[in-house]
Amino acid sequence: MATTKVRRTAPAYGSTLYDWVTTTDHKKIGILYIINSFVFFFIGGLLAIGVRTELAMPGLQFVTDQTYNEMFTMHATFMIFLFVIPMLAGFGNYVVPLQIGAPDMAFPRINAMSFWMLPLAGVLLLLGFITGGTAAAGWTSYAPLSLDRPLASTGSGQDLWIVALALIGTSSILGAINFLVTIFKMRAPGMTLFRMPIMVWTMLVTSVLVLMATPVITSALIMLFIDRNYGGSFFDPARGGDSILYQNIFWFYSHPAVYIMVLPAMGMISEILPVFSRKPLFGYKAFIFATAGIGALGFSVWAHHMFTTGAVYLPFFSVMTFLISVPTGVKMFNWIATMWRGQLVLKTPLLFAIGFLSMFLIGGLNGAFSASVPVDFALHDTYWVVAHLHYVLFGGSVFGIMGGFYYWFPKMTGKMMNETVGKAHFVLMFIGFNLTFFPMHELGLAGMPRRIADYSSTAGWNDLNLLATVGGFTIAASMLPFLWNVFLSLRSGAPAGDDPWEGNTLEWATSSPPPAYNFDRLPEIRSERPLFDLRHGRTDER
Amino acid sequence: MTTDSNVVPVEHDPLTSMPHDTHGGISNPVLGMLLFITSEVMFFGGLFAAYFSIRANTPQWPPINPETSEPFHLAILPFVGPATILLILSSVTCQFAVWAIRRDDRVGFLRSMTVTVILGIVFLAIQVTDYALLGQEGLTLSSGTYGTTYYTLTGFHGAHVLGGVIMLSVVLYRGMAGQFSARHYDAVEGASLYWHFVDVVWILLFSLLYLLPGK
Repeated sequence: MATTKVRRTAPAYGSTLYDWVTTTDHKKIGILYIINSFVFFFIGGLLAIGVRTELAMPGLQFVTDQTYNEMFTMHATFMIFLFVIPMLAGFGNYVVPLQIGAPDMAFPRINAMSFWMLPLAGVLLLLGFITGGTAAAGWTSYAPLSLDRPLASTGSGQDLWIVALALIGTSSILGAINFLVTIFKMRAPGMTLFRMPIMVWTMLVTSVLVLMATPVITSALIMLFIDRNYGGSFFDPARGGDSILYQNIFWFYSHPAVYIMVLPAMGMISEILPVFSRKPLFGYKAFIFATAGIGALGFSVWAHHMFTTGAVYLPFFSVMTFLISVPTGVKMFNWIATMWRGQLVLKTPLLFAIGFLSMFLIGGLNGAFSASVPVDFALHDTYWVVAHLHYVLFGGSVFGIMGGFYYWFPKMTGKMMNETVGKAHFVLMFIGFNLTFFPMHELGLAGMPRRIADYSSTAGWNDLNLLATVGGFTIAASMLPFLWNVFLSLRSGAPAGDDPWEGNTLEWATSSPPPAYNFDRLPEIRSERPLFDLRHGRTDER
Repeated sequence: MTTDSNVVPVEHDPLTSMPHDTHGGISNPVLGMLLFITSEVMFFGGLFAAYFSIRANTPQWPPINPETSEPFHLAILPFVGPATILLILSSVTCQFAVWAIRRDDRVGFLRSMTVTVILGIVFLAIQVTDYALLGQEGLTLSSGTYGTTYYTLTGFHGAHVLGGVIMLSVVLYRGMAGQFSARHYDAVEGASLYWHFVDVVWILLFSLLYLLPGK
């Protein structure tokens, strides 16, 4: 067993805290992103528990209508904008420079700035709770509901929401520019575009989506802010404005944002599946083209969120929506064929990857139903939609994030995580997730609308709502083994070594955790699996 | 300190890939600026889309001013025309500055850049004057869709001009400190690209708001 020599550099300015606050090291910034995202995951999770608790039984037991509106609005806002998107950006930050053999991101100081905007935006959002009410018009903040102060928000919450989202958007855009320049300009010798790991490819496509879509929602937010505060009339039909205009601009961002939230998670499980199946990824190039295809098609499907407005051209958006399931299906095929006849190593990362695969499949299938216009007219704004979006965002992205966390934790900390506790976490979360969200299909078909705090006890929704609430608490309970595992592993985890999983990609060619400059030496890069080649002495050109 | 490893690293010192610009092609800062401009295009795209959408949905454009019962009109063309010419000129002088520093002509670079910054400031001064005049005529941000779109579009363009002037001023200051040469001028290149972008947006806005006939 050879050894990697690591030159340890002392913290630059003495204290550890100062070092972390002022760091421009992509690995530390990545970890800061991940910690920050988990904090808001738990805040958003508490709000979800609040929502589920209120819905457990008919009647208003715990909160008022206004508080309920604030809870589900802020739940979605925290989960989407301060958990999933930054969490994936955080993993990208940590992993991408390592996987392409670069010493850091292209613009390290801009990278630090991108991160520090996020806690600031989070504080702004939280301020809503103590300044007389947060935003309460749903995470979509449709005008004119979001224009109407008495209904949407009793305080300055909606304005804080707008400013916070504009900040988060700016952070995302700067991050995307950073990723693109890093990926295009900083690859190690031999790392051609078609030898890049899939995780890097998905971050590339995601960054293009962020770059092209996020500025558009910034423009919508600014127009909303002008309407609310300076007497503007962009979205107020009473004054010549157009409320459907807001929906169009909003979804022009927010549909691509769906892919921003899932593509990097797909990249993560595409790293995990080959390693734990002991096989190369099936159809590497097909996977890349499917990713690019999803990115491109993602810009032409936004109005499927607006079928029932009657203001969009239904056949076009319906066909495009069905079409986008083709590249997604290609990926499903890639993943299953990768596992087919592989020597599956059933460690926690693989379990979460399989969880992603199966749950995202359900989310994809029930999504395809909604792409059909007549079906959508029946299902629009019912719990069916809530089931669908949680199957892709929780069943997809969150399972992927957890898989990625278990996969790269040894690299980030140098410690292995506990397998038994990890499996308990997976099982609890998987059961809790399905208990919560599967009944919502049935509730949606039974006509239960989303975003309601109360429902009739004779509507026949009682049992399924109670079941979903039990599931919600099960998900919350699954966080206990997770946190215990993190604590336990940080304190007394087994040393990980450079390459605990026998990985394929360059991050496993350096020490765990890597030194500030990432690599002392890089292996030859002759395929998309340089470490496999190194282990098995493969030297021929592909 | 050493750690165990089952990997044998070979060849390639990663530090050789650190001066990335030696790979040739576009430099990191310039590529970053081009990507940033792409995002700015999408931002203005959102605002322009809102303008077109509202304009298309309004039966008469410019709409009637409820206070005077006449259509809104912009009676400030005598100021706006020269301002447009000045901004286009500033783009030209900005490019002269880039060409000068490429030739290592620092004096010419500083001269052209100074002119560019002054032209930018004059443009901003004219815009402030325009706003004051329009305000006297009764066109404000809150006077219906016409005022809202006019002030939002030109206001955000003005903010970008201000940002560009600040950026160019920093470049000018650094140039006076002798920080640029024919081998090192990425910041000049980036700032000039941004300035050209701001100029192009203004040409579109000018055509849209002042030249395009009403309906």
